[in-house]
Amino acid sequence: MDFDLSKPQKLLKESARALLARECGAGRVRELMETETAHDDSLWRALAEQGWTGLVVPEGAGGLGLGLVEMAAVAEEMGRACLPGAFLSTLFAAALIERAGSEAQRAKYLEPIAAGELKATVALLEESASWDADAVKLEAARDGGGFTVRGRKLFVPDAGVADVIVCVARDGDALALLPIGRGAEGLRVNPMPSMDATRKLYEVVFDGVRAAEGDALGADGDAGGALQRALEVATAVLCAEMVGGMQWVLDTSVEYAKTRQQFGRPIGSFQAVQHMCADMLLMTESARSAAYYAAWALTENDPAARLAVSTAKAYCSDAYREVANRGVQVHGGIGFTWEHDLQLYYKRSKSSETLFGDATYHRERIARLVVD
Amino acid sequence: MDLNLTPSEQKFRDEFRAWLKENVPEEWAGGGTGSEDRAEYIEYLRAWQRRLYDGGWAGISWPKEFGGRGATLLEQAIFQEELARANAPQLVGTIGLSLVGPTIIALGTAEQKARYLPKILSGEEIWCQGFSEPNAGSDLAALGTKATRDGEGFVVNGQKIWTSFAQMADWCLLLVRTDSGAPKHKGLTCLLADMHAEGVGVRPLRQMSGDSGFNEVFFSNVRIGASQVLGEVDKGWTTAITALMNERANLGTGIQVVFKRQLEALVARSKTVERNGRPASEDPLVRQKLAQAYLELEILRLNTNRALTSLSKSGVPGAEGSIQKLYWSEMNQRTQQYAQEILGPYGQLKEFDRGVWEYAYLRTRGNTIEAGTSEIQRNIIAERVLGLPKSY
Repeated sequence: MDFDLSKPQKLLKESARALLARECGAGRVRELMETETAHDDSLWRALAEQGWTGLVVPEGAGGLGLGLVEMAAVAEEMGRACLPGAFLSTLFAAALIERAGSEAQRAKYLEPIAAGELKATVALLEESASWDADAVKLEAARDGGGFTVRGRKLFVPDAGVADVIVCVARDGDALALLPIGRGAEGLRVNPMPSMDATRKLYEVVFDGVRAAEGDALGADGDAGGALQRALEVATAVLCAEMVGGMQWVLDTSVEYAKTRQQFGRPIGSFQAVQHMCADMLLMTESARSAAYYAAWALTENDPAARLAVSTAKAYCSDAYREVANRGVQVHGGIGFTWEHDLQLYYKRSKSSETLFGDATYHRERIARLVVD
Repeated sequence: MDLNLTPSEQKFRDEFRAWLKENVPEEWAGGGTGSEDRAEYIEYLRAWQRRLYDGGWAGISWPKEFGGRGATLLEQAIFQEELARANAPQLVGTIGLSLVGPTIIALGTAEQKARYLPKILSGEEIWCQGFSEPNAGSDLAALGTKATRDGEGFVVNGQKIWTSFAQMADWCLLLVRTDSGAPKHKGLTCLLADMHAEGVGVRPLRQMSGDSGFNEVFFSNVRIGASQVLGEVDKGWTTAITALMNERANLGTGIQVVFKRQLEALVARSKTVERNGRPASEDPLVRQKLAQAYLELEILRLNTNRALTSLSKSGVPGAEGSIQKLYWSEMNQRTQQYAQEILGPYGQLKEFDRGVWEYAYLRTRGNTIEAGTSEIQRNIIAERVLGLPKSY
């Protein structure tokens, strides 16, 4: 057993850090969060050139076909840089298409996604704001060889920039997974301005949007199962991203504690401050253990993967919020300002906490597996 | 990264699993498992260690030449996981196995190794660790127990406290001051002290949990020969740090055995006690707490595996031990508090489940104090891992 990144995995992570430092510094993040979509074509191209948009896409579909541990290593650096835009949304959609699509559908969507030519997202949540597939009410009404969708989805990340929105709709007892192209008739996308401006949320209105039966992702009749597995993949990658954010907050806070002087000495020599930093380290490292284990377990199809993912997300949700919280406390007044970059991570910790289910949601999932 | 076991790790696991299947004794049916002072329970545990020894499974981390298996750190983790899986009893000679033995291997003379190591392995001789004193707890180097030169040897006078296992120990790894004129970290010496020698007195300290895991140990003109110095005279701080690093390098792998069993028992109990007219296990708040306890324990396992990987690559125990100690001790307190919330007044009963919940809740309170308080662990993490300036 070797619970450490291999040499190639470490190199990948280091190169990701270098590239993001170059292409996505805090100044760039701030510019993008002021835009409508937080998306930037040149930044996206830079990610695609590294192969990251196809990192876990199978080689047969134009991707690199690497595992989720490699993806987690890169995602950690994305979290450290607080990368804005549609990377995670596209990854989630790609994971869903990979698991639910026919060969033709996989070729149609995954190849351009891997090449960086297509951005996508999944429209899942509704008024209930629940991540359970059972909570999907939006109906895909069957009519003459196709579906008509009337209603709306909420909290859809990056819908404003996605070329394809995979709509999760209700088809009787089953789910219909309908890829809807940007500009489809009856489709409207309205911003839902939210706390974390680096990850934009949208209301997606389906005003009689039509999808042909053949367009639906078939999922071999198990759309719910495919959705579940894709959610697990996206959740594990998000957890790794959260770890990177925690690491940035920890590093920045420790550096500040070493240099900021009060009472004639660095505040980092006071135990009250030291102990907050020690706790931040403990939480960051624990989150890292949980996130990489989840990524590994999914890659290996380990029977414990589902439990590992919920363990990671439950822990990371609480830990990132808490680390960001203490980071601000260590910084004092400057940490509360708009000017300091901590605010980016403080807000990202909050949006990541709820994305794909918060700690309470995942603890209940754990309880179903270990108590019932 | 590959969390699968290597073929040789798998072989090690299968071999030990098969051995355990044949050899794990019936679960202790006497009083609460925490009653470490009860002679019968001690004998039960001693017999268990003896059986491990006879099977070649005691002190597996020790080099083969000293009777161990030269097991890798990861094999040690597997060993602990298998003990947990098999519901095996705890190891009674733990101070000798995990702390004194490795320190003797690192710093002892050939005679010391030959004399002490085999009996640590077999459980024939139980060890305790005489470090803390009434006025030297977190500030260990401030200790005042004196050893004065007397011909070739020493005469020891003073008092130790919080000494686990002293009431049943045959030997003590004793830290004393040999040079009162030197700065506090210098002038200390580590001695291997016979607990049956004249002038040694042991007084059990009754804890809030009612049992006596800790003791006061009094040394009154106790004569100790020069051959009993472990390491060098006046360099006892180095020896003590080696011992403490070994203690923390243990990384809490052993303690997970106990935690896993307690959590399984709590989950089972949550189905029989009621809350709001239905089994507690169906109550959303209870489920949240059980899940939190589960995930924290699971992350302890994962942190341990990462620390083991890192330790086996670096070879030097570092601050990983402090991170682990801080994590498990605080986790354990939270989990026992959840248990109390779930069990309600039953959790406080001395006869409900043989009093294990009442005992565990109280005993756990000591976890963040013993073997280095949480505050000391945080100081170590802040200074050695994060590089923050010293605070004292």
